[in-house]
Amino acid sequence: MLKKTLAGLALGLGLTMAAGAYAQDPLSIVYIGKNTGNPYFDSINGGFVDACKEIGCEYEFVAPATAEATSQIPFIEAQIQRGVDVIAIAPNSPDALNQVLDSARSQGILVLTVNGDLVGNESHRDATILPVDFTKTGPNQVELMGSMINYEGEIAILSATTEAPDQNTWIAAMKDSLANDPKYANMNLVATVYGDDQPEKSTAEMEALLANYPDLKGVIAPTTVGVAAAAQVVQSRGIADQVKVTGLGLPSEMRDFIKDGTVSAFQLWSPYNEGVLAAYFAKGVKDGTIKNEVGQTFEVPNLGTITIDENNAMNTQAELTTFTPENIDEFDF
Amino acid sequence: MSAADTSPQNVAGRESAPPRPLWHVILVRPETMTLLLLILAVIVASQLSPYFLDISYILRSFTLSAEFAIVALVLTMVIIAGEIDLSPAANMALSACLFAYAQAAGVPMPLAIGIGLLAGLAMGAFNALMVITLQLPSIIVTIGTLTLYRGLAQVIAGDKSIRVPEWFIGIDRVLVFGIPVPVLVFVICSLVLGLVLAGTIFGRQIYQIGTNETAARHAGIRSRRIKLALFLLIGIVSAIAGMMTASRLGSVRYDLGLGGELQMVLMAMLGGTYIFGGRGTILGTFLAAWLLVVVSTGMTVANLLPAIQLTVLGVLLIVAIIATNFIYSRTQR
Repeated sequence: MLKKTLAGLALGLGLTMAAGAYAQDPLSIVYIGKNTGNPYFDSINGGFVDACKEIGCEYEFVAPATAEATSQIPFIEAQIQRGVDVIAIAPNSPDALNQVLDSARSQGILVLTVNGDLVGNESHRDATILPVDFTKTGPNQVELMGSMINYEGEIAILSATTEAPDQNTWIAAMKDSLANDPKYANMNLVATVYGDDQPEKSTAEMEALLANYPDLKGVIAPTTVGVAAAAQVVQSRGIADQVKVTGLGLPSEMRDFIKDGTVSAFQLWSPYNEGVLAAYFAKGVKDGTIKNEVGQTFEVPNLGTITIDENNAMNTQAELTTFTPENIDEFDF
Repeated sequence: MSAADTSPQNVAGRESAPPRPLWHVILVRPETMTLLLLILAVIVASQLSPYFLDISYILRSFTLSAEFAIVALVLTMVIIAGEIDLSPAANMALSACLFAYAQAAGVPMPLAIGIGLLAGLAMGAFNALMVITLQLPSIIVTIGTLTLYRGLAQVIAGDKSIRVPEWFIGIDRVLVFGIPVPVLVFVICSLVLGLVLAGTIFGRQIYQIGTNETAARHAGIRSRRIKLALFLLIGIVSAIAGMMTASRLGSVRYDLGLGGELQMVLMAMLGGTYIFGGRGTILGTFLAAWLLVVVSTGMTVANLLPAIQLTVLGVLLIVAIIATNFIYSRTQR
């Protein structure tokens, strides 16, 4: 056993040195999603893949089986071991990854959070790529819901995991709008439930909401898995007139629900563009052509000029895109 | 002259089976199967990825499961005694939550650690009360307590994470002779518990209780006292493991170690522990812990999808169970 380990160690050293030499050539980027089986990340993945083909970098996508707070740690360790140049990650927790991301950065790896940030722990990553201005997402969703239910009635939120930093930012802003904006004075948030980004659990939570709150007028689901599950429940029960479902959804998953009237509108951005932006940004920083400082701007083909905002954050597009039966066919993701 | 009379080894009489040859006793046992699987796993993993054969990486990856492995050692003893405990992972979470809550509320650190340990002991005692005094089947009791403890942890910590002080964080980064502390603790525990189980009267009695508790009790073995000791031991070891996990992650959540009980039972089963009690060794669990780490690390660093990892682990478990039962059914102790 010991001899094997020593022989393996010698072999390993030789191989890692050889592999290290390779890592200097094309830039290697890895994107760690929240979990596998989540079609949302396929879009971002597509953006990365296409951008990396254009600018010449090696790219891989990995993700854990479940979106628990600590599930990404072994994957980050593995990528550090593989000697990648850039780790892009959609974090499952604002603080559980601090230690391991710090050790990645100490090895010279560029750490980007893509699609969500380490709220309160931004010092543990180099920059964040957000799809839109996250402070506006919550209010926009509340406004969309309000317009569907005539600004009065009971509503509930069906979210992803309890720790998800992105959903929690939006929910906090939603609660803030509901409490402070007089326009929503007659709308009452009765429950916030968590579907863990699993279709079965989201369906179960939606059914529970309908059972516990018979006067429920609307459900906001700011997660693609949740909004699809909620719409499915409403469609099978045929209660699209009593309960309005909206949220952040993928056009590909929501197309049927929009076309048959179960859902009248929902919102999102282009996850694909996030991947493209992240790839270009990473390449630029590693090449030295882009400086990772607040106030810097740079160009990305098809996306225009991107500005680096406070806390090294970048927004891919300005506003949410609202999908309705009229425009749903224009999108193919 | 019959063959039985002329055989020099047959001292027990004509009808008894000839004793097994020494090489048979040493080699044909479930631990050999685990060792072979471990060697095979190392070979396959090194073929899958050139980054695998790095001894410090493998040791670092072991720290991610080291806490479970340490508790699995004690769990092996519990299973050999004829009981089972499925609550250690929830025990880890509740002790860690109580510890973190106490020290966040201003209680001095040694006292907070004491509270955590006491909590672990109390949980073990509660399990023991149910199983020994009330004579309930341990599998049912511990399924109940695992839910209870996890729920209590969620009541105490809520959905948030409780941070621990900076100096407490990072036990997995402390190296002694180049080996991370959790791994060292695991090795030392294996040596100590292995010696206790194989070399002391207490250890022998554990085997006897597991083989046939009624017979053992009639022979004068204090089975209730020994089982109580085992449940208390696994309780306090889980508490220690819980605090080690808190140090590694930097914060404590109610879902600390979620699903850990399955990993621990997996390690015990892969190590050749007989589920009905009476057979098993610490060496087997020791090798099985390394096997699990090698398999999951090897697949993670090769960027294989979690679905494949789960499939491989499932196949491993089935192979181990078949081999274990085959060997045990064909050999006497």
